[in-house]
Amino acid sequence: MVLPEWLAEPGLNHFLVVSAVLFSLGLLAVITRRNIIMVLMGIELILNSANLNFVAFSRYGLLSLEGHMIALFVIIIAAAEAAVALAIVLNIYNRFGTVDVEQISELKE
Amino acid sequence: MDLSAVAFYVFSILIIGSAAVMVFAKNIIHSAFALMFTLAGLALMYALLFAGFVAVTQLLVYVGGILVLILFGVMLTTRGYFEKVKTRTVNLLPSTIFVAIIGVLLIAVFTTTEWSTMPLEDGEVTMTGLGELLLTDFMLPFQVAGVLLLLAIIGAVLMASSARPPHQPPQAEQPDHPDEDPKNIS
Repeated sequence: MVLPEWLAEPGLNHFLVVSAVLFSLGLLAVITRRNIIMVLMGIELILNSANLNFVAFSRYGLLSLEGHMIALFVIIIAAAEAAVALAIVLNIYNRFGTVDVEQISELKE
Repeated sequence: MDLSAVAFYVFSILIIGSAAVMVFAKNIIHSAFALMFTLAGLALMYALLFAGFVAVTQLLVYVGGILVLILFGVMLTTRGYFEKVKTRTVNLLPSTIFVAIIGVLLIAVFTTTEWSTMPLEDGEVTMTGLGELLLTDFMLPFQVAGVLLLLAIIGAVLMASSARPPHQPPQAEQPDHPDEDPKNIS
């Protein structure tokens, strides 16, 4: 079986396509799931797809080690975000007794 | 088709497949474990891109930290048995169409743009360069990130430890559910 040229040699575009698919799946999780923790997981997926872009550009593009640095800082921000967000989720659960984002609508009324 | 191409396709199938399982699984515990496979596959992908330090950091922070935090969040916000942890999914068809449009547009933009690329050279060890960058060009963001992590940890502990401190009387402006057990609401 002979593969075509663009398939046999993974380059920058292949990594970008993987990251685009990851971004779409994360966005789908954020939009469709109604559990707050699922929404958080979708956000983590989106952040990871951006990270994959940064690292791929630093390997193939003109962005040298700075891409790695930006990816590291994104990981740091994601860690801080997850800690604070889960604390907020616990408070919401203590107060409302649910983590369904459509039932937490007190500010709307 | 050399080994790195095979590795790329295996890793991308692992990443995308487990991400799809994560999005579409009914049980949120299954979603969390599928997310673990996605994050570990991304670490392998970074290793394939000669970003060793980022790969190790991904494993340590995401798989070792954030995922455990998410699992704790699932356990602390769940009543009853874990086998019954179901979550609702709404608007599946229109949002799938919307997201598919966005994904196709992204892929089209990514593949039709002429990126300015360098000729590919062999990967080298990145630790030395990263350390030098961290202490020269990225000195200020490095320190600010440390302060940010400290603030986030203190804030998370303060918020999660006690929502209502015991020395304060219950506030009068909550007439809806003043003295109920909060688990019985809704």
